[in-house]
Amino acid sequence: MTLALTVGVLVAGAAYLLQRRELLRVILGFVLLSHAVNLLLMAAGGTDRRGEPLGTDPDPLVTGDPLPQAFVLTAIVIAFAITIYLLVLAVTGSRSEAAGTVAPGDDDDPHPDDLDTDQHRTGQHQTEQYRTDDHRTVGEGSTP
Amino acid sequence: MNLVAVNPAALPLLVAGPLLASGAAVLLRGRGRTGLVVLLATLTALLGAAVALVAATSDGSVLAHQVGGWPGGIAIPLVSDAFSALVMTVAVLLTLVCSVFAIATGPGRHRLFAPLVLALTAGVNGALLTADLFNLFVFIEVMLLPSYGLLVLAARRRGTLRSVQGSRLYVTFNLFVSTVLLTGVALVYGLTGTVQLGELAGAASRDPRVAAAVGLVLVAFLMKAAVVPVHGWLARTYPSTSPAVTALFSGLHTKVAIYVVYRVYAVVFEGDSRYLWIGVVVFSATMLVGVLGAAGQSRMRSVLAFHMVSQIGYILLGVAIFTLAGLTAGIFYLLHHMVVKAALFLAAGAVEVRHGTDEIEALRGRVGREPVLALAFGVAAASLAGLPPFSGFVAKLTLVVAALDAGQVAAVVVALVVSLLTLLSMLKIFGTVFAPSLWPGTDEAPAPAPVVAPDGGPVPGDGPLGDLARQSGTATLTATTSGEPGRTRATWTAPAVALAAVTVTLGLGAQPLLALCEVAALGLLDTSAYVAAVLP
Repeated sequence: MTLALTVGVLVAGAAYLLQRRELLRVILGFVLLSHAVNLLLMAAGGTDRRGEPLGTDPDPLVTGDPLPQAFVLTAIVIAFAITIYLLVLAVTGSRSEAAGTVAPGDDDDPHPDDLDTDQHRTGQHQTEQYRTDDHRTVGEGSTP
Repeated sequence: MNLVAVNPAALPLLVAGPLLASGAAVLLRGRGRTGLVVLLATLTALLGAAVALVAATSDGSVLAHQVGGWPGGIAIPLVSDAFSALVMTVAVLLTLVCSVFAIATGPGRHRLFAPLVLALTAGVNGALLTADLFNLFVFIEVMLLPSYGLLVLAARRRGTLRSVQGSRLYVTFNLFVSTVLLTGVALVYGLTGTVQLGELAGAASRDPRVAAAVGLVLVAFLMKAAVVPVHGWLARTYPSTSPAVTALFSGLHTKVAIYVVYRVYAVVFEGDSRYLWIGVVVFSATMLVGVLGAAGQSRMRSVLAFHMVSQIGYILLGVAIFTLAGLTAGIFYLLHHMVVKAALFLAAGAVEVRHGTDEIEALRGRVGREPVLALAFGVAAASLAGLPPFSGFVAKLTLVVAALDAGQVAAVVVALVVSLLTLLSMLKIFGTVFAPSLWPGTDEAPAPAPVVAPDGGPVPGDGPLGDLARQSGTATLTATTSGEPGRTRATWTAPAVALAAVTVTLGLGAQPLLALCEVAALGLLDTSAYVAAVLP
């Protein structure tokens, strides 16, 4: 029952945050939502009828189910990785929304391009073309 | 009769191979083109393996491997039957072709392109092979994480805000859908105590609570497949990245989702006829809304993305009919559509890379004499609309006949009307952008292509790729090609031409592939062989 109520509260908070305009709040909403689903996974292991995984009787009917815990562990790692990436996306470009391109400092790539000069030149040409296209379309989206 | 004997223990290699190659490509990224060699070699080897898998499963046999040698029910099984082998073959083929296009046009030369594509391939293969719902969730994430990187891939300091904005939408949408999927998996586990497809076989048709839980999993995959009313993300994110990556995603992501819907509905629901009407209604709406959405778009890739939504309705109609003919038609349609859509995106992409825009009106008359590219786009467009003698005609004909046999007259009417609208929409692009380049006499006067494009467009023939284009160009284009300024390079055109050739071949020689699709459909109708292989 406690688990069910917690999941409910977390989902309610997530639903509120996901409808905000700012990407940062949306990301926080996703953090709450993934917590809620992780607790749901734990509950799916039958927490009402099972005890702790260690220390109790190793009877498979009573002892804790390890599979949902493995699921939760995997899901936490994945959600964590994507959340970090979303935070990077929220920051990237925020300094130069008007300029239409991502600011040079946003890509702190330590390596110089591993392209030889000729290839690099053609690559530049092409991306210049993208940019001319992009200048026109920037601002259509409503992202903060 | 088994044409080729494949040891099931080799199945994990289809996932591990590209993953290891991805790691190798990361280590080799500073050494010029070695990463690209690793990429192309791995994809070619995978293509060979997938073809061997098709040959080994063409008699309806099912290959299964319990990873780690654990007993059935504990191990995570990797399974391949004719259906997954066919989809994998086409998926790897598309990855190969799109990688060649990406390398020729620019984004493929980024040092992280090869590792990301290889990891993406590992995720796709894993999702096609696994017979475990949670493992499926993991492989979908393995597929999506490199995709997030590919979406914003650009040369250093040349990233665009549009791709970042498209990426924000794409990542938030997919994170949400993955959460829904995970919720579904949790509910399935809570109700049945297992997430393995073999143990879940038929569970949903016996217990409506399981049906609701697995239904949530299916809803998540339908959202990933961009089914109406959750289709808006696709048309807004796909055009935001580079043309090569759009083509790559069009062939993989939504199609893997469709594969899962077919598989899960066949195994867990056993094709339960009580829920089929929902599919017929939703997928008919998808067909119609997608094509109507395309009418309002002014950019080539947006139009094509909306058509993709519409075509996804056709493909999924096969599972909503769930007869042998319906499933066969749906599987054939899936394979045909993967090829044709990528061909269209690649042909449009070649024009976009050359001219810097994909606004249809802005391109009016700007494309110079490009008979080969125009022909490739025209063939793919006609195939998409369902004109004979291309594969789209076979796909639509078999689907319509199957739907009529199943008594879904309304869906047939929608399908035919949508076909007509698709044709009109394709003619809009073809007539404005490509047709003048086929018949230069009619449109030459107002807009000859600029010799050196003022927007800094590359002139054919500069750099090593130009040399490559000259060498290979004689094979596909006439000898004067590289001498004439303003012409798209042969290496940019060749991928689209190759895929257009595939759709012609599939249209003229459809019988062998239809027979294979029927084997795959039989495997979905009677899942006992699949279940027996998963649970030894």
